[in-house]
Amino acid sequence: MRFEEFRKPSWAVMNMRAVFGRAYPRIIGVNRELSWVFFETVLPLLGVAGYVFIYKALEAPPQYIGYVIIGGAMTAYWMNVLWSMAAQMYWEKEMGNLELYLIAPISRMSVLGGMALGGMFSSSVRAVSTIVVGMVVFGISLSLPDPLMFSGIFIFTMIALYGMGMMFASLYMLWGREAWHMSSLFTEPIYLVSGFYFPVKGFASMLGNPGTWIAAGASIIPITLGLDGMRQCLYPGTMDGFLPLWVELVILVFLSFLFMALAKYSLAYMENLGKREGRLTMRWQ
Amino acid sequence: MAVNTQSARKRNLLTFKWSAWLGWQMESNWADPFLFMTYSIAKPIAGSLILVVMYSIIAALGGGTQVGMFHYMYVSNAFFMYVGQVLFGVAQIVHDDREHFQTMRYIYISPSSYFSYMIGRSVSKLVITTFAVVITLAFGVFMLNIPLEIFAVNWLLFLVIMLIGILCIMAFGLALAGVSFLTAKHQGGMNEGIAGLFYLFCGVVFPVSILPAWGMAFAKILPITYWLELVRRTLDLGVGMDSTLAAASTPYCLAILCLSTLVFSVLAVAIFKVGDTVARKKGLIDMTTAY
Repeated sequence: MRFEEFRKPSWAVMNMRAVFGRAYPRIIGVNRELSWVFFETVLPLLGVAGYVFIYKALEAPPQYIGYVIIGGAMTAYWMNVLWSMAAQMYWEKEMGNLELYLIAPISRMSVLGGMALGGMFSSSVRAVSTIVVGMVVFGISLSLPDPLMFSGIFIFTMIALYGMGMMFASLYMLWGREAWHMSSLFTEPIYLVSGFYFPVKGFASMLGNPGTWIAAGASIIPITLGLDGMRQCLYPGTMDGFLPLWVELVILVFLSFLFMALAKYSLAYMENLGKREGRLTMRWQ
Repeated sequence: MAVNTQSARKRNLLTFKWSAWLGWQMESNWADPFLFMTYSIAKPIAGSLILVVMYSIIAALGGGTQVGMFHYMYVSNAFFMYVGQVLFGVAQIVHDDREHFQTMRYIYISPSSYFSYMIGRSVSKLVITTFAVVITLAFGVFMLNIPLEIFAVNWLLFLVIMLIGILCIMAFGLALAGVSFLTAKHQGGMNEGIAGLFYLFCGVVFPVSILPAWGMAFAKILPITYWLELVRRTLDLGVGMDSTLAAASTPYCLAILCLSTLVFSVLAVAIFKVGDTVARKKGLIDMTTAY
């Protein structure tokens, strides 16, 4: 085929291909590197089991074991957002892929969208494993009287969370080792304020008004309300929810739009800044 | 031959010294001292506060909480940082050098021993973790009324226990590094997983007696279980909460710790050497696995 005969694909097709192309190695990579399945799926369950035994030792009500299992499952997504979304642009820069993305005739958001889809796949494998182990080994029982609400909470948590990851990715793009350390810093402190291992309402019962403010402040991180909402859906009537479910859903929908818009803006801004300062190809800082 | 042996020893010492310096620079010079200090404090304090909140919520609900149990959890969790940070830090060096900085091949072709280099690099992890442990304990004493009587502690015994415990953790780290030579880049999963194994079976935040019988049996062969028990005994915090080792005397626990550390150290060096040899045979020294 001669060059003149080559039909240029439409903008939409090119971007769909970019999304698929970036998601593909993440989905296939999981299958090709089997040690990854063990390290990313089986081993993290042990840490979650540790938190289950703490509640057993403290003779906590049975639903708290379920709360830990749900929180443990959701850590997969948070870790994925931190290390495989936010810090990914930093890794891409280190490996020399970033400049290839920038010269390709596609939207940067498509690359990030592909990363998010691929990352969600591997994280979901780990999250489902955690829930299954929780049900089989620890005998937790989950009920789902309102699957529509649960789906809404989960889907908008994912959109908002990965939107946040995309926004962080643009910030991390210009960083050196700070990227690694920041991701590391956002692990335990976020587990704490977002209530991964206890209901976030616990802050209020522990500290009163300041506790309510801590929970409200932590709600800017989508996983805080996402976790709370999912726990309310799976354990209806336990009175451990922070806000009414519909309020949490509305906030999550708002956060989804907010973070996607911020991601697009910050990506363009940081790319421009990186080009002006010549930092897009700097490595090993 | 004697001259060669001496120069090899000297070379290893130099490698150790400069890799320790390099490790410190890599850990600390990415930020100004204030930010670095904040970073070093925020992470461990947050990790401990998760337990504080969990305990407080259950206490407010009227669960089976005892103040001794809180001391047990808090102190063990503080010292467990050595396991999480040093063990994983040692293993992470392989992936850092191989995939991130891509310097492993250059270290291999230099006269330095990669083994000595690894030991040197881990020293910086040790220093930073010690700082975090001290801060966490101070936070517990001043903010959460943890009754640590510093003048009543047998510091000599404590130092001996710490030395053996850290040697043991570093041995586990070397074994993991040996495995890391042959595996793809694992970030959070490996950290969480291996640390989770010890977190679950070594009586860190709950007594080993809660575990099923096979879990208790497994806990009794892990040196970290004895190390944490000895740390709690020397600091006199949370003692008597775990019935599993209550009957074992301190010299007995110390003897088991020494013996198991020795066994695991020999095993760890062997795993490291095998991993290193196989990686070179299979051409994995400069492997990169980015997805």
